[in-house]
Amino acid sequence: MKVLMFGWEFPPHIAGGLGTACEGIVKGLAYNGVETLFVMPSASGDEDQSATTILNASDVEVRNVSSTVEEFIDRTQYLYVDSNLVPYVDPEEYFSAIEEMKRNRTLQTTVGFGQKFKFSGKYGASLMEEVTRYAQVGGTIAMQYADRFDVIHAHDWLTYLAGIAAKELTGKPLVVHVHATSYDRGDEKHIDTRVLDIETRGMQAADRVVTVSDLTRNIVINRYHIDPAKVVTVHNAVDFSGRENLQVERGVKDKVVTFLGRITFQKGPEYFIEAAAKVLKRTEGVRFVMAGSGDMMNRAIRQVARLGISDRFHFTGFLRGADVQKMFALSDVYIMPSVSEPFGISPLEAMRTGVPSIISHQSGAAEVLKYAFKVDFWDVDAMADDIYALLQYPVLSEFAVKKGYDEVNALKWNNATAKLKKVYESLI
Amino acid sequence: MNQKSICLYFQVHQPTRLRLYRFFDIGKDSHYYDDFANRTVIRRTVQDCYLPMNAILLDLLKTHKGKLKLAFSISGSTLELFERYAPEVIDSFKALADTGWVEFLCETYYHSLASVASQAEFKHQVLKQKDKIEQLFGVKPVTFRNTELIYSDSIGAAVYDMGFKTMLTEGAKQVLGWRSPNYVYSCASQPKLNLLMRNYSLSDDIAVRFSNTSWDVWPLTAEKYVEWLRGAEGEIVNLFMDYEAFGLLHPAGSGIFDFMRALPAWVLADGSMQFVTPAQAVKNLKCVGPVEVEDAISWSTVESDMSVYLGNELQQDAFNKLYDLTEKLSILNDPVLWADFGHLQESANFYDMSTQFFSDGAARKYVNQYETPYEAFINYMNILSDFIIRVNDAMAVRDER
Repeated sequence: MKVLMFGWEFPPHIAGGLGTACEGIVKGLAYNGVETLFVMPSASGDEDQSATTILNASDVEVRNVSSTVEEFIDRTQYLYVDSNLVPYVDPEEYFSAIEEMKRNRTLQTTVGFGQKFKFSGKYGASLMEEVTRYAQVGGTIAMQYADRFDVIHAHDWLTYLAGIAAKELTGKPLVVHVHATSYDRGDEKHIDTRVLDIETRGMQAADRVVTVSDLTRNIVINRYHIDPAKVVTVHNAVDFSGRENLQVERGVKDKVVTFLGRITFQKGPEYFIEAAAKVLKRTEGVRFVMAGSGDMMNRAIRQVARLGISDRFHFTGFLRGADVQKMFALSDVYIMPSVSEPFGISPLEAMRTGVPSIISHQSGAAEVLKYAFKVDFWDVDAMADDIYALLQYPVLSEFAVKKGYDEVNALKWNNATAKLKKVYESLI
Repeated sequence: MNQKSICLYFQVHQPTRLRLYRFFDIGKDSHYYDDFANRTVIRRTVQDCYLPMNAILLDLLKTHKGKLKLAFSISGSTLELFERYAPEVIDSFKALADTGWVEFLCETYYHSLASVASQAEFKHQVLKQKDKIEQLFGVKPVTFRNTELIYSDSIGAAVYDMGFKTMLTEGAKQVLGWRSPNYVYSCASQPKLNLLMRNYSLSDDIAVRFSNTSWDVWPLTAEKYVEWLRGAEGEIVNLFMDYEAFGLLHPAGSGIFDFMRALPAWVLADGSMQFVTPAQAVKNLKCVGPVEVEDAISWSTVESDMSVYLGNELQQDAFNKLYDLTEKLSILNDPVLWADFGHLQESANFYDMSTQFFSDGAARKYVNQYETPYEAFINYMNILSDFIIRVNDAMAVRDER
């Protein structure tokens, strides 16, 4: 069994969780005897290719374009937008992307046939244009390698057009993998309709739609109106191999309750702050940390100041690499109060580090984590109760730590991808 | 007819800059200052402003032999920075003091907002500053200027109780109304305290507008300026300004030094004016009546109020959390903790958290090391959190004994 896989990023150079998930998937598939050809817009050459063969779209010449592709290009042509509404943007990158966009206004040239297109592979301002070009290159690759794969697998909307092109040109079955939807990214009024359109087309063209949770599966069925029969949930897993738990000396004697993630509407930061204020009214010796950055950060800071808890509620700004591990190691309770979270890998990371986690029912992770504490994102009283209990009753937190550690270690990509393999098999 | 009094006073202050302090540092590292930035800024300011301007003033004082008089206030925390990074500046200020024609005023040692937070801490810092000035310049200050000229009736009364006869403040429109700042007034709740009100228009002509080439009367000459001084009705013109205007805000190339070199001679040649120090001014002139100031005023911002320091919820929370510690600090009476407590009170810390600059894009008073007020707040609260831990630990040790 061979799969042509379209991704957007791959470790070590990643901005979001998508790249990490893709790495877990190709490794798990290799374990299950499935070979993958992984196409990405901009490979750096230092990706781990032990489990897959990586094809760099930036190296592919677009030529011998058949009439189908021309039609395809005509339909999707030049979606260049200078929109600031780009999903999945890491905030640091967002600002530099805007700056770059301003500088390079005139640099948006069309690439003729027989030329290579240099992809940034980032989530920047010319994202829509890159997505369209990636589809052209994807079609070219699919034809070149037509005899070397049985199934096409496309990860998230960024690669759906490439998946559709590959399917149209080769006639092979298409699986699209939904890691997130437009409905998770913002409230309904601010949904980017261009993204929504690509998502819908991808799901409609696909022979199977794989979702990372039942929560996402329901969104795909109810909001995108996709036939339930072709939508399958394959829960995410996480690869902890080679991970040593960091030993960090604590500076503060107090217990630490941590929120780690983008500070955006979707992640529910304001509920965390409200719960923190409630806990601080009842108990001493606890500090709250909001690690990350995002468009709601300044609002969050003002909320903290207004509640008068800023000596006990800290902001770290955007954390990367080892600092993320360090933050987990310093925490006593982890909290993910997401309003809408397709899966949410961070509580798994926390529990693996020995930190009991409170997560919202509105997250995909809640479907697989028995030993995480679960509350509705809006129920700040319940959230405060759980935080208080985990801080005050050592027995409870020891139990949650131990059970949680075992639980997340059992969530393996090898098992998840076995399910994925069955999906492929049903298509050939 | 009496000669009109011209009262020149220069404020010397540089904030002690805080370093980038991470959440991870809390409880581990209690050094809060950016030594490199502090040294760099002080060295630059000394070279471009303090040393050349002091040399000019010393020269002028000697030339005019007692006809030229002026006043300085130098915050204690800035004197500490001088002692550490530029001791030669202290000598040059001493040389000015030795002429006998320069008055040194008192203020809060840490250039703080203590006067609106805590009587006890306010007094503590005023007395500390008084000692410092006396020790360095050999004169006991008798006139008081509060941080950013912050003043209210109750602050005035407290200042009088600490032994001062005169206080400087802003000639704010909202308290003076139709009245002119060019007279000596008194404090509404303590009639024995004299008030000198800054003439902000004539002060800012030099301190703010001098190098502005789009100003319709640019370039400003000493001749033209003396004309304006003569035209100002009243008995005294109080020209209060930041000393950094000379050489920093207005670089040497703007001609500011030449202007200052020429000004005293033009003023004296006119015959209708004389220079006075604040202490002399209140001896020569009669107080014309009280000014009521219920809500604190200051020389910052167009509104002459406190909003740039305590206008938003970030500033208020940080401020309250800081001054909640006052009592513990007095109980502990530990010099190291006092020093950090003092620096954390510096007004620039709160100024950096102001969101006013978001809306009006007004020029900032200091070079701000933070990109946004939010960053300033986060950094400050991380440092304050560490400080609170140290204070509480010290209290615990004390209770054990």
